[in-house]
Amino acid sequence: MYDVAAVRRDFPIFDNGLAYLDSANTSQRPRQVTGAMMEYFEKFNSNIHRAAYHIAEEATERYEGTREKVRAFINAASTKEIIYTRGTTEAINLVAYSWGRANVHPGDLIVLTIFDHHSNIVPWQILAQANGATIEYVDIDERGELRQDQFRDLLERQPRLVAFSHVSNALGTINPIEEMVALAKKAGATVLVDGAQGAPHQGVDVRALGCDFYAFSGHKMLGPTGAGILYGRRELLEHMQPFMAGGDMIKTVRVEGTTYHDLPWKFEAGTQAIAEVIGLGAAVDYLTELGMDNVREHEREITEYAYEALSEIDGLTMYGPPPSRRAGVISFSLDGIHPHDLATIADRDQVCLRAGHHCAMPLMTRLNVPATARASFYVYTQKDEVDRLVGSIKEAQRIFK
Amino acid sequence: MSADDQFYREYILDHYKNPRNYGRLDHADITHEENNPLCGDVVGMDFLVKDGVIEDIRFHGRGCAISQASASLLTERLKGLSLDDARKITKEDVLGELGIDISPARIKCALLPLKVLKVGAYGLAADDDEDEE
Repeated sequence: MYDVAAVRRDFPIFDNGLAYLDSANTSQRPRQVTGAMMEYFEKFNSNIHRAAYHIAEEATERYEGTREKVRAFINAASTKEIIYTRGTTEAINLVAYSWGRANVHPGDLIVLTIFDHHSNIVPWQILAQANGATIEYVDIDERGELRQDQFRDLLERQPRLVAFSHVSNALGTINPIEEMVALAKKAGATVLVDGAQGAPHQGVDVRALGCDFYAFSGHKMLGPTGAGILYGRRELLEHMQPFMAGGDMIKTVRVEGTTYHDLPWKFEAGTQAIAEVIGLGAAVDYLTELGMDNVREHEREITEYAYEALSEIDGLTMYGPPPSRRAGVISFSLDGIHPHDLATIADRDQVCLRAGHHCAMPLMTRLNVPATARASFYVYTQKDEVDRLVGSIKEAQRIFK
Repeated sequence: MSADDQFYREYILDHYKNPRNYGRLDHADITHEENNPLCGDVVGMDFLVKDGVIEDIRFHGRGCAISQASASLLTERLKGLSLDDARKITKEDVLGELGIDISPARIKCALLPLKVLKVGAYGLAADDDEDEE
């Protein structure tokens, strides 16, 4: 039995009655995560991979230890395939620059989706412009799900790269990624999955999935900001040039030239976010302990509860698929009330709600709305927080009636 | 939240629901529109100017209560004002007229109409009103 009250006790931020419904934006962090980071700062703060004293060995061990935890978390074949980045955005940019510049050629096709996050659109737009490639976007249907017929048609044009999200951050739609990756691979494309809203919320098995790249952020899965992951298939990573150059990513430097470090360090230039990576390791431990199936089940239950509650409110429009086919994200709008006004009123009730375009402006244009309000849920969300959201909505409707 | 909430005062809601000088002018001397890409707020204004005085004004747009009420209030103030005097209107004037405590995240909403005036009527750089936030 999932004990949300016990989970909540690990998150000091809830001690003062905050209702936090913006976890798709960034999650909260439990004591276990901040504690692991504090332990580093207070007991073995030092740089990794170079010093010969014992606290540096401890720091290096903890820092590298996260890699194995993440490997197991997504079932990658090797820790060589786990690259630390600052987050999903940097991970996608790494692929766009390092793999993309060398492998995308004039006339090539890149397939994206209309509801992807800007971070999974703009790096490819820059690449397409630099290398003379074209981009096509898979549209959504009236339920907010990708049009698979259109996806299949685009695959017949043999795209060089296909990139899509595991879960839409703006609509919560869970894409059928197993099927989509298999089809794209069969069509000969290299496939990147933006897992920013995926890996934190449900179990991921990159080997079963068969994608080439899978990117996600630590701060959306109970970890700190500044540490994220790029998973890449080893064969591809081996042939890719470094993204950033400098300390830690080199083997030897001579004036005539440089040899690069082995995987995964080839892609980790400069002094790394050591405390953050250690914190991410603690976050993975925390989620693993909860069990990702339990996490998914808890979110499904809360999402169903919220969907039901919100569908009873007059003048409220929800976007996206029914709760069985969506993650813990509900985007909605209210007749006659701008999302920002709702968010301000909710804030007065200590309810944190997102309002805006959710870094998905092509989708907002597609839906023909300037912005939506968005509630999103995680391991610590309880029904009481949803009830308080309903209260804030009714209050807003009373004020604006 | 209490009924006499500071933020959504009755007259702000009134300006939002019943905006003054709302619409378009057919033969405007100055027409300008600005938007806030972060929240999708849009405010545009049409000015009819005669002998340096704003004879008539209309605004159009869509967005939150703060941006639309602020636009409505500003047009009331601008009507009949000389362009020279209109130029002297400051951020503080606009925020003072709204008379509410606006959080940093919403300041851009409140000042969007002033930006329309400044950029539209005087060609001032759009960034002019972003430095004091």
